[in-house]
Amino acid sequence: MLTQQQTTVAKPESAVPSMNDEHWPRGAEVLVRALVHEGVKDIFGYPGGAVLHIYDELWRARELLTHYLVRHEQGAVHAADGYARATGKVGVALVTSGPGATNAVTGIATAYMDSIPLVVITGQVPTTMIGTDAFQEVDTVGITRPCVKHNYLVREVCDLAAVVHEAFHLARSGRPGPVVIDIPKDVTAARCSYSRLDHISFPCREEKAAPNPRATQRVVEAILRSERPVLYVGGGIVTSGAGDELQGFAEALQLPVTPTLMGLGGFPSAHPLCLGMLGMHGTYTANMAIAESDLLIAVGVRFDDRVTGKLATFAPHARIVHIDIDPANIGKNRVADLSLVADARVALGAMLAEVELRKNEELEASRARRIAWWDVLRGWQLEQPLRFSGAHDEIKPQNVIRELHQLTGGEAIITTDVGQHQMWAAQFYPFNRARQWITSGGLGTMGFGLPAALGAQLAFRDQLVVAVVGDGGFQMTNQELSTAVQYDLPIKILILNNGYLGMVRQWQEMFYERTYSEVDISVAPDFVKLAEAYGAGGFRATRPDELRTVLSAALNYKGVAVIDVVISKEENVFPIVPSGGNSRDMIVHEERMKDEG
Amino acid sequence: MRHTLSILVADQPGELSRIVGLFSSRGFNIETIAVGKTLDPQWSLVTIVTRGDDRTIEQIVKQCQRLARVREVQDVTTRPHIEREMALIDVDAPPGAGRQEVLSLLSVFRGKVVDISHTRMIVEASGNKEKVEAIIELLRPIGIRSVTRTGCIAINRLSATDATDATDAPLEDTEQHVLAFTKNE
Repeated sequence: MLTQQQTTVAKPESAVPSMNDEHWPRGAEVLVRALVHEGVKDIFGYPGGAVLHIYDELWRARELLTHYLVRHEQGAVHAADGYARATGKVGVALVTSGPGATNAVTGIATAYMDSIPLVVITGQVPTTMIGTDAFQEVDTVGITRPCVKHNYLVREVCDLAAVVHEAFHLARSGRPGPVVIDIPKDVTAARCSYSRLDHISFPCREEKAAPNPRATQRVVEAILRSERPVLYVGGGIVTSGAGDELQGFAEALQLPVTPTLMGLGGFPSAHPLCLGMLGMHGTYTANMAIAESDLLIAVGVRFDDRVTGKLATFAPHARIVHIDIDPANIGKNRVADLSLVADARVALGAMLAEVELRKNEELEASRARRIAWWDVLRGWQLEQPLRFSGAHDEIKPQNVIRELHQLTGGEAIITTDVGQHQMWAAQFYPFNRARQWITSGGLGTMGFGLPAALGAQLAFRDQLVVAVVGDGGFQMTNQELSTAVQYDLPIKILILNNGYLGMVRQWQEMFYERTYSEVDISVAPDFVKLAEAYGAGGFRATRPDELRTVLSAALNYKGVAVIDVVISKEENVFPIVPSGGNSRDMIVHEERMKDEG
Repeated sequence: MRHTLSILVADQPGELSRIVGLFSSRGFNIETIAVGKTLDPQWSLVTIVTRGDDRTIEQIVKQCQRLARVREVQDVTTRPHIEREMALIDVDAPPGAGRQEVLSLLSVFRGKVVDISHTRMIVEASGNKEKVEAIIELLRPIGIRSVTRTGCIAINRLSATDATDATDAPLEDTEQHVLAFTKNE
């Protein structure tokens, strides 16, 4: 293998020279060609010293690959993440060494926790300087190791193409996740031949394999026999595209379905079998259903603590069927009585096929066994729907989300930050299709909403993309307004502005005797003027009677718009299961809290 | 319970730290660790002795199997096996009775003298953990200057390698899908 074949850099005649070009391409060109071969069209990034060769090549290849210049590396990774969540494709980000890489870490960890396929390319100091504390040197592979599916330090240019292809394969296969490729500057300058067929040396597990037929049969039999079953479904449904199979299976056996925060949209919220979200801020019905269930069918979920509360008392009467593509998820938090290690779509398809083999009488009898259960569930739904107290003089955040839902016909792609606004959006915007809801579930990253919306808007230019954010999170990444304006990505940013770090304030109110410690952020910029300063449209609503008009005008604005909605300052998210509690500790609404307080 | 895991991993820079990092970030404990080459230069064998209940060990095995460059993880302890570690012990051995005492202890444990001076000896002892610790304890009153110990290495007995894979047997009422344990085959 030859590296550094030539010391002078010959300019390629075209963006991508033919394979029999007599000059071998530089590493930077090998990288770009490998990306193009992987079908990458859009890439988010921020240049710097260690990636100069790559940016030089990107300029030449600009007809094939569009680079979007963000304003902070965290934004690049979140934008790639939003793109990946909206499309199901691998998102790509490119940052420089040192601070470029460390700024990207929050984005990488966000994607890792939610199993989002990303390839993040980081520049590195030249191989000869690695380990010398060189300018902008950081051990990127070491820093990112705990929050990636895999990472690489490419030391030889001849390895580069194979690494890129393997990285894409790893990012999207099995349980997806982010993969980091750290490329020293001299590797991007060295020359090497490139061919697409560079073999992938480490084959990965075949993830689409059908589950064990005998196990599938036993799962279906357990479900047929159950009297109070609940389908608890999560991000795995969205990732695998199992919506149709899930709906078919739930309908065939009349099973109640409750999605997690990550599973929203994976099963239509408007479907009569849907109980709404479960967990800390889930519906009363969903959480009570879990508490009373005799069989929990968990698909594409990981028994996260925001869902289970106190593990020991989660679903205390239920046997557990756990279906997940990652064997390590099974038995990690809750021991499963039956389990299938499989892609959710494949597993549900096999289960549905198994159901279809059964006699009609058997299915009839099975459905009849659950009539009483549905009576109980319907009773809870009537007794304790999601609700909030009305007000005439101030805007209720829940109403803002309801208005947003009506004005967008329920069709918008919604991204969020993390906090109260995120929970209100999850509760009051019924999502009916997968990939319509883009939120940081696992890591809980404030500042995610705006840059993620950029990625989603880029993927779907003709759809309405709304970032629902709080006044806290918005200020963590609002510099990306420039990116949105520069590339004419007409996202709408809806700020639920209460002048507080609202979720922290709520916890301080409820669990720390109203000691409001460091949560007042009412000293803030004028968000309308801020929007205008960035060249975006600025809107504001402060009174309930103007909410609809303002919202409607902003959503119809031709361009990037920021809508500052001033909401009731001390509104709380209900229901709430206090951390470490279970369904019985659920506080359903404000009155009960005051009664008990 | 004490378990000895054999982890077959690609012999590449950084792979060992991936395994060690996984143990520390998930709160698993490493009692000893030993790394060596295998017949195939592309792969190394990492032997880790750890402690935990069955669920913890299952998690450790599964989490290790998630690593992209790990080909196979075996819990050697589930079947008959042989474990060895080694210690080099620098011990006082003055001419006369003291030296005789060391030599007779060594012969009981089938240890070896690998270096000697007028007043000291370096002895090599190998065996399972208990044996190595027993010889150290017996030499301690004589006067040990220093000890270096290896991690444990282990291999399944010939009788065990012919038997059917233990993970194949379905646990009562639990169908652990065998596919999960056959990564990269």
